[in-house]
Amino acid sequence: MQSLKRRSFLAASGVATLSAATFGLVAGVPRRAFAMGSTQARDVDILNVALGLEHEAINAYQLGAQSGLLQKPVLDAAVLFQSHHKGHRDALMATIEKLGGRPVAEKPMAEYAKALNAGAIKSQDDILNLAARLELGASNAYLGVIPAFQDVNLAKVAARLAADETMHWTALSSVLGRQLPSAPLSFGA
Amino acid sequence: MRRSASGRSVVALLLTVSAACATAHAADPEQGKALYESRCAGCHSLDQDRIGPRHRGLIGRKAGAIAGFEYSSALRASRIVWSAQTLDAWLADPERFIPGQRMNYSVPEAADRADVIAFLQANSTKDR
Repeated sequence: MQSLKRRSFLAASGVATLSAATFGLVAGVPRRAFAMGSTQARDVDILNVALGLEHEAINAYQLGAQSGLLQKPVLDAAVLFQSHHKGHRDALMATIEKLGGRPVAEKPMAEYAKALNAGAIKSQDDILNLAARLELGASNAYLGVIPAFQDVNLAKVAARLAADETMHWTALSSVLGRQLPSAPLSFGA
Repeated sequence: MRRSASGRSVVALLLTVSAACATAHAADPEQGKALYESRCAGCHSLDQDRIGPRHRGLIGRKAGAIAGFEYSSALRASRIVWSAQTLDAWLADPERFIPGQRMNYSVPEAADRADVIAFLQANSTKDR
């Protein structure tokens, strides 16, 4: 099932149909210089920013799950959302590699904990508020870079990622008792 | 690498246009804070390096100058110093302003850019 999803993601991006010769690696020369034109390199840069967001989200949910503060069924939802982000990560890494790029590496969890001020988390609501903030930020980021993609199929992938993040934000907001946005077109604005 | 004459002209034009736009809108740092949280905070924060570098103290800082943050080589080599004018041109079209950058996220409306920049100016001191 997971491989089917990944194949679908790659097919949507169009990279599954590129020839193997496109991705040739020549010893001693940066792979990117041979594998990509400037427009493809720009798409890879955008995908790597997306991958950075996914690394951060995975670690944020891990911090939450390990905190002992999340109660069922919220814990189950957090684990599910983290699995979505892991799916995004895997698909983004595969796409970046197919395009001849080098996926940005995940940092140690301590760095994410510091960047997200995890030391200030004292309750389940603190975790949910952090998660909601990250999900909303990711959704807006994905929507915001759609116009920058050179490959329209990758733009579609960004929109699908944004849809997942928006789903997460909506569920988290419901648990937190927040009202839904009163105005239309509130995401990406 | 030296910037070409045409490249300098484009940058000069961008800065002129951005300055004109900035004067036409009374920038609101509170509105800028809301915009920052909705549009920038996915990747940035004021005090921590995340997907993008931290922003407190940005005004007057040389582009690519946060130690330990992995910038694009284009940004590091840009010799840009962040000001209201350079930030406006950057946010309007990052790739046009610094080709080869990695942000690729733009703020199309001049009034929105002015508000975000006002918020960054209000947080321009290096220490909290």
